[in-house]
Amino acid sequence: MKARNGFFAFVRKETLHILRDPRTMLIVLGIPVVQLLLFGFAISTEVNNIDFAVAAPHPSETVRRVVARIAANDYFTFRGYVDAARIDRVLRTAEADVVVVFADDFDRRRTVSCAAIPAAAGETTLAVADGKAAVQLIFDASNPNTAAAGAGYLQSILTGEDSLGTERAGVEMRLLYNPQMKSAYNFVPGIMGLLFILICSIMTSVSIVREKESGTMEVLLVSPVRPVWIVFAKMIPYFLLSCFDLSVILLLARYVLGVPMSGSIAGIVGVSILYLLLALALGLFISTIADRQATALVISAMLMLLPVIMLSGMVFPVENMPGVLQALSCAIPARWYIEAVRKLMVQALPFSAVVREFLILLAMTLALIGIALRKFNDKLE
Amino acid sequence: MRTLFVLLDKEFRQFFRNPFLPKMVIVFPLMVMFVIPWVATLDVRHIDVAVVDHDCSQTSRRIVAKVAASDCFTLRKTAGVYGAALRSLEDGEADVILEIPRGFERALTTAAPDRVSIAANGVNALKGSLGGQYLMAVVGETVAELAREQGRVPPDETLVVQNRYNPTLEYRYFMIPALMIMLLVMLCGFLPALNLVSEKEIGTIEQINVTPVGRLTFALAKLIPFWVIGLVVLGLTMVVARLVYGLAPAGSIPSIFLAAALFIFTMSGLGLGIANGSANMQQTMFVMFFFVMIFILMSGLVTPIESMPRWAQYISRFLPPSYFVDSMRALYLKGATLADLWMNYAALALFAVVFNGWAARSYRKQL
Amino acid sequence: MNNSEIILSVRELTKRFGTFTAVDRISFEVRRGEIFGFLGANGAGKTTAMRMLCGLSYPTAGFGTVAGYDIATQGEAIKRRIGYMSQRFSLYDDLTVMENIRLFGGIYGLSRREILRRAAELLRRLGFRGEARTRVGALPLGWKQKLAFAVATLHRPEVVFLDEPTGGVDPVTRRQFWELIYEAAAGGTTIFVTTHYMDEAEYCSRVSIMVDGRIRAIGTPAELKRQFAAESVDELFRSLARGAKRSE
Repeated sequence: MKARNGFFAFVRKETLHILRDPRTMLIVLGIPVVQLLLFGFAISTEVNNIDFAVAAPHPSETVRRVVARIAANDYFTFRGYVDAARIDRVLRTAEADVVVVFADDFDRRRTVSCAAIPAAAGETTLAVADGKAAVQLIFDASNPNTAAAGAGYLQSILTGEDSLGTERAGVEMRLLYNPQMKSAYNFVPGIMGLLFILICSIMTSVSIVREKESGTMEVLLVSPVRPVWIVFAKMIPYFLLSCFDLSVILLLARYVLGVPMSGSIAGIVGVSILYLLLALALGLFISTIADRQATALVISAMLMLLPVIMLSGMVFPVENMPGVLQALSCAIPARWYIEAVRKLMVQALPFSAVVREFLILLAMTLALIGIALRKFNDKLE
Repeated sequence: MRTLFVLLDKEFRQFFRNPFLPKMVIVFPLMVMFVIPWVATLDVRHIDVAVVDHDCSQTSRRIVAKVAASDCFTLRKTAGVYGAALRSLEDGEADVILEIPRGFERALTTAAPDRVSIAANGVNALKGSLGGQYLMAVVGETVAELAREQGRVPPDETLVVQNRYNPTLEYRYFMIPALMIMLLVMLCGFLPALNLVSEKEIGTIEQINVTPVGRLTFALAKLIPFWVIGLVVLGLTMVVARLVYGLAPAGSIPSIFLAAALFIFTMSGLGLGIANGSANMQQTMFVMFFFVMIFILMSGLVTPIESMPRWAQYISRFLPPSYFVDSMRALYLKGATLADLWMNYAALALFAVVFNGWAARSYRKQL
Repeated sequence: MNNSEIILSVRELTKRFGTFTAVDRISFEVRRGEIFGFLGANGAGKTTAMRMLCGLSYPTAGFGTVAGYDIATQGEAIKRRIGYMSQRFSLYDDLTVMENIRLFGGIYGLSRREILRRAAELLRRLGFRGEARTRVGALPLGWKQKLAFAVATLHRPEVVFLDEPTGGVDPVTRRQFWELIYEAAAGGTTIFVTTHYMDEAEYCSRVSIMVDGRIRAIGTPAELKRQFAAESVDELFRSLARGAKRSE
């Protein structure tokens, strides 16, 4: 009974620490909101704005019509006619992403069809300008995606039925779930995965290491409350703070970003809460290996940032990685969380579809807490 | 001047004496350079396809065989009805559904052929759209091939695509300069901030404040070590890029270092300024983290700036890394020259002056 | 007392933080070579006043000079002529004894040779000969404080400000510390020291006692004891501090 009172006294103390530092609290609450909105609306991997220039020795009526056709497409912006000798310069200085070169006998050869498919991985597109091609597309391929996607778009525009009159085997394509191809849907789970793990682990690791550094930890440890409870008491207020962050983020995602969330809301909340616990446990673990706040921060903010962005599937799909790295990515909690939230939030699958991810996250959380507590107790002896 | 040397001597001694930092500054960039380029790929590969073949003709079988044989695709499922294929898409088994309508082969010879429909999982927008396009191309190609064999008009090969600067469309080459930049953002932003704020917390800064050390001298002594670290790390990563990935800069090395130096000045100035404005380490770190996330995600490092909405592109103009990202890629891959990029250099120089001026000003010896 | 020159003078010096007046119109003077004890209970405003004198904080109102320079406008000139040792130990823990000495010597513009000469002398005086290469973090607290004092006086400042220099230090080391202070004062350095140890106050040439941001008593320990009819400075301090409205 006494010990329990002690525990709540600690919880109160930690809560006061947070409340007494309104600036930090504002930052912790404000950052996720600003970043979710910023990234949710801004980031997109879709290639949708390609600047093109045209090199045509004789810009005839037909050429102009084709150019107007490309320019009318939302994805392309016309940057003007250039001299054939300046093509390299135009690309190098990024005035245009692609130069469309029309042959001087273009009018005679109105039929254009597809010789080069968008270069799939490894299969390089024929790159020889044989001088005979009616239209040549010269891309700045320093960004391979823009080049690949741009080639695809341009080919379908140039070979479209009523532009140059060539028939093509009818193929229609549509995207499911997300027909407008809004990347926000794709990035919201990723941003959640990144924000939670970084913020929670920074908060807990620093608050524990700070007490170690200033020596107040020793004062706490001589109290009759067991060390385990001291540690949990530290985590509770941060957990509540993160839950608040979570609800704000979910509301923003639903009502501002318009993520459908037609799946199980309870499932999303459940997985997220588990993930918050995991992130707090990770912070606890970091605090047992770092002696200085600066070290704890370098580990939790810097060293974790890159792997989480790169290996979690937030930006780069996990299944594209080589086998070794896929195995490595399994050790990154964010990967499982992002996968689960994508399924629940975007694909509207029932909770049963994410049982595997849930169990993995649960195992990771328990393991982290176990190891951290063990190390924490070891240090005391 | 002498004071500066004395202070620098102190900073370097403290840095090398730290049990953690010197190791991290070398090992972390190496690990990133060895591991991440293998990950950082938006090459769409391993696209799982589910096929619904209503036609069951020679043509449709040929298309399916062609898809199955391609490196890009893995044929996961052949379903009789669309619903079954859709389920496999929902389970994550397939990324794209290829549906060939009944009577497709017969309709090919008529003027308005029935359309093959491709349905892609749009959750990953890039994978969906590119995967769908590849599939479209394979279908088109197969149909054209068949037409040729049957002696119908062979399509005129009149469109040629040329990919300059990165003819093999190697995504890694696109990402390596970006990784170098991320490392510089983190090392040269976080470390000076941490360094200053820990002096604040320990209290040693007060001892410096009662001495006649000038504001600028003090700020310089805090910044210069991180400039050196930044340039060393850049050199190191460039060597790794050359030896491991065979990527040598197409542009001149001095102009790369010049751009990097300007950028490093900017980042470390920002770090110092933030540390000056913060009360404790947690705040410094959160604010720094806020900026670093925005820098990494909104300045064209991983996703193109052109894909962002106009307002976001406007914001990115105020982010120093966006100029550096642009310059590094142009220098590394396109062989651009200083003259081509003078605007970027000017922007970076301006940022460097503004941020460092702010850092030196915001360091207050008095309250 | 004697007529030697006034090195530090303060008139109506005030520092307000919002509505809270930490230092309330204090006035006093200190002469060259004095050991001036600046006493007061916790929260009386000692540290705030001292920080203004050192140029770490601007006064809200009032006027003060240190070594002939105005504290409000000539802070940087003052800093060249003073030494300061803060309440918190503020040498660099991860640098060695010698490296700390070199750093602060260099900051005050001493030549390399001069630093070496003074360092050798200082180490001998402190009995630190074997410790030149020891990291400061590994020294016992008492040693650290002696070292911090030595470093604060390395550049032969005109005034040294010591903010509770002997807090948590054992009696033997405290004794040694005060010997260092006497030595410095005998060499012409003015010492401005805050302390909570009333036996230390008895060592000072003059003391002032601050209560609630104001100076309630000032003079030599003997004068004050007579004036307030107290047996010791300790008793005097207790009777004055008892009336304080604010404590920590």
